[in-house]
Amino acid sequence: MTDSAPAIELKGISKAFGPVQANRDISIRVMPGTIHGIIGENGAGKSTLMSILYGFYAADAGEIFVKGRRTEIPDSQAAIAAGIGMVFQHFKLVQNFTVLENVILGAEDGALLKPSLAKARGVLKRLAEEYELHVDPDTQVQHLSVGHQQRVEILKALYRQADILILDEPTGVLTPAEADHLFRILDNLRAEGKTIILITHKLREIMEITDTVSVMRRGEMTATVKTAETSPEQLAELMVGRKVLLRVDKAPARPAATLLEVENLHLVDAQGVERLRGISFGLRAGEVLGIAGVAGNGQSELLEVLGGYAEATGTVRVNGREIPLSGAGCDGMARRAAGIGHVPEDRQREGLIMPYTAWENSVFGYHRDPRYQKGALMDQAAIREDAAGKMERFDVRPPNPNLAARNFSGGNQQKIVLAREIERNPDVLLVGQPTRGVDIGAIEFIHKQIVALRDAGKAILLVSVELDEIFALSDRIAVMFDGRIMGIREAAETDQRELGLLMAGITEDPGGDAIAAIDAAMAEKERREASHG
Amino acid sequence: MDFATLLQVLDSTVRLATPLLLACLAGLFSERSGIFDIGLEGKMLVAAFFSAAIAAATGSVWLGLLAGIAASLVLSGIHGLASITFRGNQLISGVAINFLAAGLSVLIAQDWFGQGGRTPSLVGGGRWDNITLPLAETLSGVPVIGPIYAELISGHSILVYVAFLMVPLTWWILFRTRFGLRLRAVGEAPEAVDTAGVSVVGLRYAAVGICGLLCGLAGSYLATGLQAGFVKDMTAGRGYIALAALIFAKWRPWHALGACLLFGLLQAVALRYQNIDLGGLTIPVQVMDALPYILTVVILAGFVGKAIPPRAGGEPYVKER
Amino acid sequence: MDRMPAWADAILVPLISLLLAALLSALVILAIGENPVEAFRLMVDGALMRSTGWGYTLYYATNFIFTGLAVSVAFHARLFNIGGEGQATLGGLGVALVCLYLPWPHWTLALLGASLGAALFGALWALIPAWLQAKRGSHIVITTIMFNFIAAAFLNYLLVNLMKPAGQMDPATEIFPAATHLPTFQDMFATEASPLFRGAPGNVTFFLALLACVAVWLLIWRTRLGYEIRALGHSESAARYAGISPVRIIVITMLISGALAGLMGVNTAMGEAERLVLNATEGAGFIGIAVALMGRNHPFGVFLAAILFGFLYQGGAELALWTSIPRELIVVIQALVILFTGALDNMVRMPLERVFAARRRRARRTPAE
Repeated sequence: MTDSAPAIELKGISKAFGPVQANRDISIRVMPGTIHGIIGENGAGKSTLMSILYGFYAADAGEIFVKGRRTEIPDSQAAIAAGIGMVFQHFKLVQNFTVLENVILGAEDGALLKPSLAKARGVLKRLAEEYELHVDPDTQVQHLSVGHQQRVEILKALYRQADILILDEPTGVLTPAEADHLFRILDNLRAEGKTIILITHKLREIMEITDTVSVMRRGEMTATVKTAETSPEQLAELMVGRKVLLRVDKAPARPAATLLEVENLHLVDAQGVERLRGISFGLRAGEVLGIAGVAGNGQSELLEVLGGYAEATGTVRVNGREIPLSGAGCDGMARRAAGIGHVPEDRQREGLIMPYTAWENSVFGYHRDPRYQKGALMDQAAIREDAAGKMERFDVRPPNPNLAARNFSGGNQQKIVLAREIERNPDVLLVGQPTRGVDIGAIEFIHKQIVALRDAGKAILLVSVELDEIFALSDRIAVMFDGRIMGIREAAETDQRELGLLMAGITEDPGGDAIAAIDAAMAEKERREASHG
Repeated sequence: MDFATLLQVLDSTVRLATPLLLACLAGLFSERSGIFDIGLEGKMLVAAFFSAAIAAATGSVWLGLLAGIAASLVLSGIHGLASITFRGNQLISGVAINFLAAGLSVLIAQDWFGQGGRTPSLVGGGRWDNITLPLAETLSGVPVIGPIYAELISGHSILVYVAFLMVPLTWWILFRTRFGLRLRAVGEAPEAVDTAGVSVVGLRYAAVGICGLLCGLAGSYLATGLQAGFVKDMTAGRGYIALAALIFAKWRPWHALGACLLFGLLQAVALRYQNIDLGGLTIPVQVMDALPYILTVVILAGFVGKAIPPRAGGEPYVKER
Repeated sequence: MDRMPAWADAILVPLISLLLAALLSALVILAIGENPVEAFRLMVDGALMRSTGWGYTLYYATNFIFTGLAVSVAFHARLFNIGGEGQATLGGLGVALVCLYLPWPHWTLALLGASLGAALFGALWALIPAWLQAKRGSHIVITTIMFNFIAAAFLNYLLVNLMKPAGQMDPATEIFPAATHLPTFQDMFATEASPLFRGAPGNVTFFLALLACVAVWLLIWRTRLGYEIRALGHSESAARYAGISPVRIIVITMLISGALAGLMGVNTAMGEAERLVLNATEGAGFIGIAVALMGRNHPFGVFLAAILFGFLYQGGAELALWTSIPRELIVVIQALVILFTGALDNMVRMPLERVFAARRRRARRTPAE
């Protein structure tokens, strides 16, 4: 082993899932002591590649070299033995185990637990000081905040003496402050000579922390460059294969009467944590109000309350009429009758019944409408015809109403949902993450539909974790943090920095001492969440 | 009720609780690993049959025990194959196993012994001897403690003592050993175990195997300890009562002991008294029969403390991208 | 794309599972020293070659249609109703109460009344587990098992302590009044010249079961309620999004399921025994699981599977009569069917999927090259 040997080298890796080629002939070299970014859109094949490296999947073809030596990685055990640790996007923790138990699981020293626990306690203490990885070893994981749970994952890897660490979309669930702390940790790790592979779809993170970056698109590696020698624009272009036009052509908004009034919304979840803490805003006809924020700050709950399937207290008026927020008359069908359409955040879990055909899905939520009824039975012919029309107008491909929803691509699934909700001509449309997992071509189409609906004088509430999307579509932007709206700004009069601070819970520009203010806000949020559950 | 009667009822409680306890702990291992098992009944039944049959044929209760365990393990293997390897529905697999046991035990009994689906009555070495603990004779004269020691604690077959010792042992394995840590983890979050480089499949098969072993003990005790031979459907719902006890105990070993003793007591009382007369109010024997099930429903309803099963229970483990 | 054509999933998979079960059963018969071919011939002879055999086969099939439909309706909402046994027990009680304590002028009206009683009692017995599942999240498999035992104890108490006529030994009610006796196949089809179905218990309830098949098909595939039941079964989160109340659907589905299982009581208590006896269900509630799995939860499939199991039951009885093979062979076959079609489904499906995938790849490649 010499210094010049790469920590990780992949040669010609290919992997197919059925007809889908997730990875095609991929080669990369990652030098020791560096942070290597892998960037690409959702579904570009980044996670598959890393799962192969961690022994979760066997590659169909290709070779893996670890520290210059050819290595077979048939399972996670082999990856761990080779010094590879992985922090998954969805944490792999046992919720009702303590931090200590989670850390030793699978890396115990003997048949009895006591010595292992004692040893781990010491090691954790050392690691905490060395890398700013502080977590209370005796707390059950379920009582930890997301940021701390992620630290446990990193500790697990380090406890197993990993010197190559893979992080899969680590900031997706973190606030900007938590992300900053994570990057400080990664910096420390690099300084100690660890090698880090960072998978993300966020350009900002790549530019901020990586030394080199590889770009993936549709299962292929399109380029590997030094971060210092590239620009966000160039990377974006490499990611999507052509110049991205995230600017959506739209005329200035002409907002009219307020269609949706929300006052003092409160929601307490099953664990007793208050998820909405006094949300109030108004939404006018002919405008898009974007809700920005890190995932998990109450946006999903807000959509669920407005969509009628989470109970809350407060007042909501549609077209001046108050709608019930709990009990009878508070359900999705009643909301639709009141003029609220809803494109949910997760089309596969909520918006569609995946084994149902397109025509069955085309009336989902509206299926009690008398026009689809013939006597005691559903009028299948009428629904089919209706569905075929919608599919044509929304360019769903293939335009076959008898095909099950699971057989359409992500973009076409989203179009089926969009067609269903838009064509009912709602006064208010709730839209959650409209382009998550959707290909570029469909993104443009979907964005145009949303703008067209706005121009038709409807009110649109857009929730998205993609700040670019928020900027592209919104006329006004509200930022949610910890169950509250931190502020509402005219889209034309704000910028990424201001929104970033709001997303971290800072309402007044603290000037130079931003980090301290953010840490204080975060600590408060964590304390609140941990005190329950 | 005088003291002697009380002792007899309690003695009978211990005997009746033993198969429940063994089956309950069997279910505990399986379900703690994330594999639901409603096939406890079936495994006990085949174990009861084979232990009685082999004991009858060889005259050795020990060989019978081995045969019973082996038979129970075969059914465990089928359950593992269906629910671990082929990721099938664990509940349906359990139902199938119960029927398989009910059918096969009688079918084979008829073929081997031709006595209408039963084994010949066991005598001598074909049954478990009752063990007299040291000093039982000497101490029996001491008031209160003497009879309790001599009649309640002493004088059971070895499987009774094994069953009761299994309680602390199970606790110790679960909470003090590496295997226990991994077992509990795989029932809560198999993906955590998998990514830690430990085989989910291996752990679950181990748990299902232990479950088979303990069901084997339970069945063997039924046919060669509690009774003297196998009769058709002799488990009579004990597998389900054990399951009920497991839920009642919320999947914890010491609580399982309590639940099984309670349900054993109900059985003992029902057996001895038929209808109980409580000063004008008669409790029919059927109420005693149904009480374990009613209590379990009440517990399940969560009105008296919620019974939350292991989080990954019942779900086959599929690696996610 | 789907991995396998729909027809293969609906027909090929259960068929192969059935063949596997049959093969293993044949081995079992061989192992106990009998000839499987001869045994099969005896079964066909006894169950299908004479009208009396058919009278028995269809009698059993009637039970299994009801319990099979009960299980499959619940399955559509992803509820595993393992409590058909208890619900059918209570259904029988409903029939007995209606027949014994209400005056009936004619069997047609009595059939209507008894069916309502059976469905009502069956549904009520499913209500508590349904409500506990919907509101408290108590696992319905466990609660329905518990309710089977509670039902058995309950009926035992009623028969022994309250409903048994004075002086009678066996725990059963008195014989129902003559006006409530249902016409058997013999009553309906036998003539002086051709004495069909002689002595067989098959009766008019069979046609009620056929009606139930049609009704369930309409319910599941053609009504809004069925649409909502299936939607909930596929995805609870999506159902909530759409405004379909899981609590409402779970309770309604289980009521329907329990009612169907309860209807079996019409066949056993009113059609056959003409009184209520202990353990009249004889495990039919559990056979419903096998029937539903085998029939892929489709009423037509349930119908075919019920006939198959009716044949097995009658054939098994014949076997027990003429050979040394006990009736429990049928329990073994039933277990194997449940095992292969329900639990080891993937063992059959995975290789089949591979075969179809390979065929499709070849089909795609050939025209291109």
